[in-house]
Amino acid sequence: MNQWKNFTKGFFRESPTFALFLGMCPVLGVTTSAVNGFGMGLATTFVLLMSNVVVSLVKSFIPEKVRIPCYIVLIASFVTIVELVMQAYVPELFDRLGVFIPLIVVNCIVLGRAEAFASKNDVLTSAIDGLSMGLGFTLALIIVGSVRELLGSGSLFGFDVYSGNGILLFILPPGAFLALAYLIVIINSIRKKIDVSFKK
Amino acid sequence: MQYIILFISAVFINNIVLAKFLGICPFIGVSNRVETALGMTSAVMFVMVISAVATYLMQKYVLVPLGITFMRTITFILVIAFLVQMVEIILKKVSPSLYQALGIFLPLITTNCIVLGVAVMSVDNNYNLLQSVVFSFANAAGFGLALTLMAGIREQLELVDIPKGIKGVPIAFVTAGLLALAFMGFAGIV
Repeated sequence: MNQWKNFTKGFFRESPTFALFLGMCPVLGVTTSAVNGFGMGLATTFVLLMSNVVVSLVKSFIPEKVRIPCYIVLIASFVTIVELVMQAYVPELFDRLGVFIPLIVVNCIVLGRAEAFASKNDVLTSAIDGLSMGLGFTLALIIVGSVRELLGSGSLFGFDVYSGNGILLFILPPGAFLALAYLIVIINSIRKKIDVSFKK
Repeated sequence: MQYIILFISAVFINNIVLAKFLGICPFIGVSNRVETALGMTSAVMFVMVISAVATYLMQKYVLVPLGITFMRTITFILVIAFLVQMVEIILKKVSPSLYQALGIFLPLITTNCIVLGVAVMSVDNNYNLLQSVVFSFANAAGFGLALTLMAGIREQLELVDIPKGIKGVPIAFVTAGLLALAFMGFAGIV
């Protein structure tokens, strides 16, 4: 049950995007469509899972003082793996995500979980934590991407939902900020309602 | 002329924060006061121009000749982390007053996506050394402009009666959205 709670926390209660506000750059940058968000989310999930597992495995060998550079090198290696794999199998998606793939290295979620969680917990718990945070991040990217794609170009995952032009603003940069702002408001108000009903 | 166009386009048209979405964390995090915004900007500018030179040399004289360009991400992040540490140590020794002003921002810069992002973009665009330096400087200036504008607006916003649900991060994003909308007006001037 405890592990189950550990797994579900990333989706809602401690969602990295809507509750912790970590790693916001890709949330705004790649979410012009739901598919882009999905791809970016999965790439980040892989890096998070692997870095959490490895950091948790080697935590006792790494001297306290140089731990951050060590973590960064570990994370950068996994990002390089993701880069090479994506270039080989999904080159189109890789081109669309562009600079945001190498930037997974400096995504605060990855280093944040390595430092705050994986360096203090055992391998299984850390792996579940990485998976939970990664999938929660993916979910958030899909939500933001769907809303922007639906409002901006009238389609969802590439399929037309309604005909005619959407509101172009939502595909453009300002729309990213506005869509995310109101999504945070909506999701946080739902969370507050749930918290209140739990207390009763 | 070419460099002026590069500069204007990086500061106004393709503003690193408002159009390319890099460096959102410090943009939301340290933009509460104009003073801290300026401190952060000068620290970023300092590190970015140095790292532009370092990563350019690294790419041209180490990665390409050895045929290991796929190691770019690892190499660049290490170079940047090393540089930030060096800058911190040198500043502490040479200019304690500057260190006092920039000190708290320096450790944050390693994980600031702007520095790595601009280094990667310079390589992707095949810029030469001078172009990379101008590009980095311009992007740091663009970051500073966005951060300072945002800080100015947020200082005023503190006095305003904002609905409870939208306080904090959401209102910051709405403000950023409106700023981005305003910056879109620059499109087409070059």
